[in-house]
Amino acid sequence: MEAEQSFSDICGGRLALQRRYYSPSCREFCVSCPRLSLRSLTAVTCTVWLAAYGLFTLCENSMILSAAIFITLLGLLGYLHFVKIDQETLLIIDSLGIQMTSSYASGKESTTFIEMGKVKDLVINEAIYMQKVIYYLCILLKDPVEPHGISQVVPVFQSAKPRLDCLIEVYRSCQEILAHQKATSASPM
Amino acid sequence: MVLKAFFPTCCASADSGLLVGRWVPEQSSAVVLAVVHFPFIPIQVKELLAQVQQASRVGVAVLGTWCHRRQESEESLGHFLEGLSAIFSHEPWLQLCRERGSKFWSCKATHRQVPASPGAPGQDQVMLIFYDQRKVLLSQLHPPAALPDHQAGDATASAGGLAAVFDTVARSEVLFRSDQFDEGPVRLSHWQSEGVEASILVELAKQASGPICLLLACLLSLISAASTSRVFKLWPLSFIWSKLSTCEQLRHRLGQLTLIFSTQKAENPAQLMRKANMLVSVFLDVALGLALLSWLHGKDRIGQLADALVPVADHVAEELQHLLQWLMGAPAGLKMNRALDQVLGRFFLYHIHLWISYIHLMSPFIERILWHLGLSACLGLTVALSILSDIIALLTFHIYCFYVYGARLYCMKICGLSSLWRLFRGKKWNVLRQRVDSCSYDLDQLFIGTLLFTILVFLLPTTALYYLVFTLLRLLVVTVQGLIHLLVDLVNSLPLYSLGLRLCRPYRLAAGVKFRVLEHEAGRPLRLLMQEVKVQTSRFSLTRPNAG
Repeated sequence: MEAEQSFSDICGGRLALQRRYYSPSCREFCVSCPRLSLRSLTAVTCTVWLAAYGLFTLCENSMILSAAIFITLLGLLGYLHFVKIDQETLLIIDSLGIQMTSSYASGKESTTFIEMGKVKDLVINEAIYMQKVIYYLCILLKDPVEPHGISQVVPVFQSAKPRLDCLIEVYRSCQEILAHQKATSASPM
Repeated sequence: MVLKAFFPTCCASADSGLLVGRWVPEQSSAVVLAVVHFPFIPIQVKELLAQVQQASRVGVAVLGTWCHRRQESEESLGHFLEGLSAIFSHEPWLQLCRERGSKFWSCKATHRQVPASPGAPGQDQVMLIFYDQRKVLLSQLHPPAALPDHQAGDATASAGGLAAVFDTVARSEVLFRSDQFDEGPVRLSHWQSEGVEASILVELAKQASGPICLLLACLLSLISAASTSRVFKLWPLSFIWSKLSTCEQLRHRLGQLTLIFSTQKAENPAQLMRKANMLVSVFLDVALGLALLSWLHGKDRIGQLADALVPVADHVAEELQHLLQWLMGAPAGLKMNRALDQVLGRFFLYHIHLWISYIHLMSPFIERILWHLGLSACLGLTVALSILSDIIALLTFHIYCFYVYGARLYCMKICGLSSLWRLFRGKKWNVLRQRVDSCSYDLDQLFIGTLLFTILVFLLPTTALYYLVFTLLRLLVVTVQGLIHLLVDLVNSLPLYSLGLRLCRPYRLAAGVKFRVLEHEAGRPLRLLMQEVKVQTSRFSLTRPNAG
């Protein structure tokens, strides 16, 4: 079962949330970030090339122009491969674990998998971010030493930064699975 | 809990038969290790499983049946397979079935006893997780070998979650030793059933490494015993040894070689990785050193170097003399105290003159010395670089001396100034109480103190300038030596073996696992594919990160 809805992130950009329910015990949430806008790309390229041309008129060395082109190309490739995240996915599988995948604009994917035995709970937290107060979804990990303690807080959807309405949808869905997981693990068959 | 069945990808195309593996009740997961094909005699299968259980201490059992319908007319097989559950009883009994021409599998898990709670269904939901046996074994995601204080039997209480799965696969190597070409009573299908994977070179190396390690370990112990003998503990020698960086590097290398060729086997993969990294870095070092040696000894470069050395030393001394003449005049427009300036300048000039005479005295022997030092490059590039750093230190010894004189003078002046400044204000340093106390001085004490204070204050710029100039020169030499040492450290500690593994065999260095949901149809069990995640290069270290 697939469903798509559009929300907005904390800066006002448009986000799309895609929900896939594979089975009662496996659900996937995919948040896609706004794409690289042509306007900002053109603005940055024009600024860099104007600055290079200004330097060229001062120094009369044509290497500056070729260096500027090189820098722009390398910078764009580096940005697409290391910085710009296209999509963030949260896959929750009952009794196995939670997997978070970020796919970059160049196609690179980086995955983190957390086993269900380590997950304490999934919560929505508040945080002060620059001059705003924002909400973010995070996974709380159990502390092996102290049974009621928390060893780590892992934030989810860090680059997309969706707003509270989107987070509530994801939270409700995940809590259904986590509640089922807790019920069955408390009473082993 | 949802029942998870870990199925090896290599058995997905195998013929119908029995599923053999281990059931982990805490995780409610069944780890399938192999498929036993028809025809088989149940007694022999049970015997084989008992043997494997004894050898590997893993609770291997028959978990269920596997049905691969290649043709349409195999309905009778289904009934036959159902009858097998009576012979090999296991709780729960898995029935995996794959149809020809269909991507989706069917999975049933039946419990013999009806559970007590009324709400629970008789047939669980089953989740199929495919895994690659070869990659799971080679990536060593399982926890290290059981500690010696664990009792014999199923020692898996400590492994939880996916680590239990990896541990099961890793410890069942005994099961994977027979392939389909063996004439045994039972026919198995697993990742090595096409033929056990091995390499002649690796086996030969393993056989040869025993005596070689022993021989080299004896040799190295002799060398280390000789180096710690009493002769080297005498005062001048021990002082020189501690100052030379070549000796430091040689000692480090000796320690590393002793570790590599020790007859003890590595306890865990991290230690093995460390040993391999050290070995590769030693090889690279020696290779680069030999290349440097061949470059140096070809085309009489050593002679050219020796010929160039004395003029370079002369040039440096001349530049220093110019610098001192500049300081003795009016450097940067500052007005110096003429008398002190002349004294210091002449003292340093005489020192340089002595140094140059010494270099000229040594010049006939320089080529011989350089030739013999160049031979040491066969011990490694790091040793050659350390020798270069030591030569630079020796050649710029006079700069070091100037720095020491300048610093001492400046230090004495500052001490004198601070104490006389206190006198000027009527205070005194109390050594007993470690603080400044007021003190009433006599008139003649005050008079002489103020006079000395004035003299020292007016002589301060001269001393400070000499101190500044020679400190900067010394810093320059130290920077050059520091860069050489940085290069040496880089060659010493770069984990080349791990980097090479990351490039060529990334599955050997897995940092964890990830899951991918395969095509899904409603009503069918969910299928997932488990893959290894590569270690990120940004988080590289000599020891591998843990799984999970």
